[in-house]
Amino acid sequence: MKKKMENEESIREERSFTKAESTKGNFEPSIIGFLCNWCAYAGADLAGTSRMKYPPNIKSIRLMCSGRVDPVFVLESLKRGVDGVLVAGCHPGDCHYQSGNYKTNRRIVLLKKLLDQLGIDPNRVRFEYVSASEGQKFASVVAKFVDELKTIGPNPLREER
Amino acid sequence: MKRGETEKLKFALYWAASCGGCEIGVLDIDEKILDFAAAANIVFWPVAVDTKYKDVEAIEDGNIDVCFFNGAVRTSENENMAKLLRKKAKVLIAFGACACNGGIPGLANVANREEVFDIAYLDNPSTANPEKTLPRTSTEVREGSLTLPEFYDVVKSLDQVVDVDYYLPGCPPAPQLISNAIDAIVQKKLPPKGSVLAPLKSVCDECKLKKSEKKIGEIKRMYELKELDPDRCLLEQGIICMGPATRGGCNARCLDANMPCTGCGGPTPESSDQGARMISALASILGIEGEEKMSQEEVEGMIAKVIDPLGTFYKYTFPTSIINRKVMK
Repeated sequence: MKKKMENEESIREERSFTKAESTKGNFEPSIIGFLCNWCAYAGADLAGTSRMKYPPNIKSIRLMCSGRVDPVFVLESLKRGVDGVLVAGCHPGDCHYQSGNYKTNRRIVLLKKLLDQLGIDPNRVRFEYVSASEGQKFASVVAKFVDELKTIGPNPLREER
Repeated sequence: MKRGETEKLKFALYWAASCGGCEIGVLDIDEKILDFAAAANIVFWPVAVDTKYKDVEAIEDGNIDVCFFNGAVRTSENENMAKLLRKKAKVLIAFGACACNGGIPGLANVANREEVFDIAYLDNPSTANPEKTLPRTSTEVREGSLTLPEFYDVVKSLDQVVDVDYYLPGCPPAPQLISNAIDAIVQKKLPPKGSVLAPLKSVCDECKLKKSEKKIGEIKRMYELKELDPDRCLLEQGIICMGPATRGGCNARCLDANMPCTGCGGPTPESSDQGARMISALASILGIEGEEKMSQEEVEGMIAKVIDPLGTFYKYTFPTSIINRKVMK
């Protein structure tokens, strides 16, 4: 619990920092979230029912497991002009299907290497562990991601359209 | 012309941005070439027959029965010929990996024209070009103006330029696939338009190597293997093999020669993006043992051994993949 608090503290600090740094004033990033049914989606639900505030930039898609996230989903989302992709699943050891989250973690790490070669900032894709009880963490992950994307700027593939 | 010869099928073969391997691939069908010659009249094949552009232009539209077009579209000449042959041919077949998916020339989509020219003509240790001469579409000389085709910024597959009837993948297409295609053409038994003239299954399905439970501890390159087990799946031995994400039809002939599949067959039918498919497949089985105890650093270190994901997973399909060129600044 203490660790969690510290974590949030640092997230808040970072947030104010990136805000000051951001020069692209009115750019509102759009984020697509692939959330697993058992943990991250329930966590997002908790954030909603507890009326926690977080930026409205994310559109969530519920999947049964983060392991269902095919790299195609991420590439296609970026191709269609989304600024960031958040993939969130259960904490290590908590996967409802035992190991889907481990696989997705590795896929995202490998995919980020590819994105770098494609000239797309790998930080546009993010993999996070959010449990069903971590509504607060979900809210802060989204807030932090929005701020980070504001400094990265709009998706260049969207400009090309 | 002998009597009866007019009834033969009129064939055209052309190469665009390709290495010429597909032209040799046609000869790889061995004695089957005699059946081909018996059934076909070659009206245009610059590699083997002395015909010129104007000979093709003189042919009536739709009067060529079948055109095998190999190579990607890189220059204006490639594009013009693709459009011309499309007009003249009843059936246009994208022949080989380059025409189907952009192939190896398609990897140049990580750069633009300027960068390609820099490497090819200027910034290259074996090139002496003090006047910094670069190819130009038109050059004035005393005798008049000399022209060259325009070199495009990106490489395209054939179907990104013209309508394509059939695809014959492979680098070059396997002899069996070519002779099957010729049989289908001669017997007028071609499948519906847009079909890939190759099996629906992956290379792994045809591969004779022994496969057990898929798990890789560490990715290795061929020379790093102390000992290669010639009977065991290469992927299980840590060698990146594109078999799971690649369409078969080749009878896994690279694997027969102890070389991993590099993916020339293109994506399998249910997938649009071969590289994404392979990323998914490889990451699923890499480091699967003891994954629950692995730290994030260990995972990243393991993945770091995939040196060049783009060149490895999209070796033949970059121009037709989801994100089909590098974002240029």
